[in-house]
Amino acid sequence: MENKLYVSMSPHIHGGDSISRKMWDVIIALIPALLVSLYFFGLGSLLVTSVSIASCVLFEYLIARFLLKQESTLRDGSAILTGLLLAFNLPSNLPLWIVVIGALVAIGMAKMSFGGLGNNIFNPALVGRVFLLISFPQQMTSWPLPKPFNLHYLDAATGATPLSVMKSSRFDRLPDMLDMFIGNTGGSLGEVAAAALILGGLFLLIRKVITWHIPVSILLTVYIFTGILRVANPEVYADPLSHLLTGGLMLGAIFMATDYVTSPMVKKGQVIYGIGIGIITVCIRVFGSYPEGVSFAILMMNGVTPLINAYCKPKRFGEVKKK
Amino acid sequence: MRTFSMGGIHPPENKISAGKAIEQVPLPAQVAILLNQHSGAPAVPVVQRGDRVKTGQLIAEAAGYISANIHSSVTGKVLKLDEVYDASGYRCQAVIIEVEPADEWTEEVVLNSTLKRDCTLSPEEIIQKIKEAGVVGMGGASFPSHVKLSPPPGTKPEVLIVNAAECEPYLTSDHQLMLEKGMEIIVGTKITMMALKVNRAVIAIENNKPDAITLLERLAIPYSQIDVMPLAVHYPQGGEKQLIEAVLGRHVPSGALPVVTGAIVLNVGSIFANYEAVQKNKPVIDRVVCVTGKSVKKPGNYLCRIGTSVQDLIDFAGGMPDSTAKVISGGPMMGKALINTQVPVTKGTSGVLLMDGNEAHRNEVYNCIRCGDCIEACPMGLEPYLLMSLSELSEWEAMEKECIMNCIECGCCSYVCPSNRPLLDHLRVGKFKVGAIIRGRKNQ
Repeated sequence: MENKLYVSMSPHIHGGDSISRKMWDVIIALIPALLVSLYFFGLGSLLVTSVSIASCVLFEYLIARFLLKQESTLRDGSAILTGLLLAFNLPSNLPLWIVVIGALVAIGMAKMSFGGLGNNIFNPALVGRVFLLISFPQQMTSWPLPKPFNLHYLDAATGATPLSVMKSSRFDRLPDMLDMFIGNTGGSLGEVAAAALILGGLFLLIRKVITWHIPVSILLTVYIFTGILRVANPEVYADPLSHLLTGGLMLGAIFMATDYVTSPMVKKGQVIYGIGIGIITVCIRVFGSYPEGVSFAILMMNGVTPLINAYCKPKRFGEVKKK
Repeated sequence: MRTFSMGGIHPPENKISAGKAIEQVPLPAQVAILLNQHSGAPAVPVVQRGDRVKTGQLIAEAAGYISANIHSSVTGKVLKLDEVYDASGYRCQAVIIEVEPADEWTEEVVLNSTLKRDCTLSPEEIIQKIKEAGVVGMGGASFPSHVKLSPPPGTKPEVLIVNAAECEPYLTSDHQLMLEKGMEIIVGTKITMMALKVNRAVIAIENNKPDAITLLERLAIPYSQIDVMPLAVHYPQGGEKQLIEAVLGRHVPSGALPVVTGAIVLNVGSIFANYEAVQKNKPVIDRVVCVTGKSVKKPGNYLCRIGTSVQDLIDFAGGMPDSTAKVISGGPMMGKALINTQVPVTKGTSGVLLMDGNEAHRNEVYNCIRCGDCIEACPMGLEPYLLMSLSELSEWEAMEKECIMNCIECGCCSYVCPSNRPLLDHLRVGKFKVGAIIRGRKNQ
């Protein structure tokens, strides 16, 4: 009995997957959209993103260390991801001190106060964004127009965004569909580049970080709902494709709504959740007073997620049908 | 390629000892033959201290219906009846025998290795011989075979499924047995079909063993009722319910016996044991155990007597490497970590796996991030993340509602968890508690 042996229950091997692998995959998937944003919005985009990430990481470290007195969880990469996603939801010319407040709300209020990664009910980056939207409506809703290859902080003197144009039913002033697809339009710094976001989404699908259920059910619901409205009255309602390509819908559907912690766990539930987000988004966009509703829709469905989890059970093997 | 539909994983196969010819392990100096090598009641000893026993002689009798006979695996003197540690770490009654260097077999055992194809016995006689020989499931669960071959009245078996999936990583003993005893396995299958009165059998083999598939397909040509079915490599395909679904496409209803689907599943090792029991009158006194692991000097498939200590096996395989940190009886997914190497080989020991420190180490546990990977991996359609939380909160009734008793303890959930959460550990606690509650309710 010279050797001391480990004794534990099976299984004795592990697949090697980790939280940080998943988080870093999402971060990598966001890089194309970030590059597009740097191209169109320049320095402002870079500054907002850097400040957002840095302050999220700092706040998480400080809160874990001095308030919760836990070991730091920075290694899992989730604070970096929250910072990146928060920045993606902000205008590229937002004053940096507002960005810091957003990061504090996202990390401090929405994530760490619930007990850190895995325990939060609402998507931290979206809580940060909505907090800023309500607190600083002026700064949060004036986006600079894209200006390729500039090194300056762009003025807030901006034109109307596609969403506000759609809201006022002046479809002749909508930007070119191709521009909306590649991101050459006004909006939050990470949400404009639909093409780059879809590319990132495909990467996540291939790496099996997400499945198709949530993004597809959201996008399809929005498409069908706005399609019906369009058919009913083309004078008032915008065409469904413009709805898909504008605002935060692509970013929301692919990256925000698919957040593991705040979305349902069973596929059936994920589809219900996606349909709910789609319907609420269109309702707010078309009938509400805000031009954009993706953030609110996702947060509302985040709140319903525990209920969905309680009622949507996976199909049990050999389930005996109750008569 | 067929497989089961829900969940499952594909861990690295690591079949290091594949293709290594079966080698006979020399007789050890002493054997410890456990009396509870099977599920059900432990056998009752019929020998006493000081008795001299022959190889193949009955030393403990089945106690009740779900139990199995146990025979001496060696010739020698009974030193004592004593408690030894079994693979699960419990102390269990065992017959300790001091081994004489030469075997003296009981008279009825046929010792030559000539193939005996013909069998004219009636189904009842076959089952009786299998029962006398103490054959149990050799894949690990060790359920007495004669019970499986006598399904309850009202059920009608239609097809015998021979479980040769060997879906556990590392393990190769069944694979090698098929390569070297292919014809015996075909005849054993035929005999088992006669016992069950079925006219169809399927030998199910995962397709990482193409040589065994080709060989058995060829050997089965004269037997039109026996099919060889290759299956995609997919853990836990060797699980009874998963295998029935993969082969027949039928689900065993929750709480029902597998035979309601018309299928009876027997491990390929048990089929070989049936052949030896019926055609050679030989009880289960030895089996092929693969000794494997990344640092093992001489990994291989070793024929050893029941009761040989794991230490003797490791010594035969080149000794225990210094880097060894965990010794596992069985495979890495469902095997049991041994508390010491004096644990004896039983009828259900399929392999001994030596793991190095870096492999045996469990990683740091983080919060559940609700990614749902455990739900996707669960072959039974359960929600391991939820069951673990309920188990931590001692919510046994809620666990029962969430179908904890369906858990087959395959370990897929713990394997895939990105937060390294010990899901199955907690599920086992819950399953144990809920099982006790259900039994208590029945007894009222």
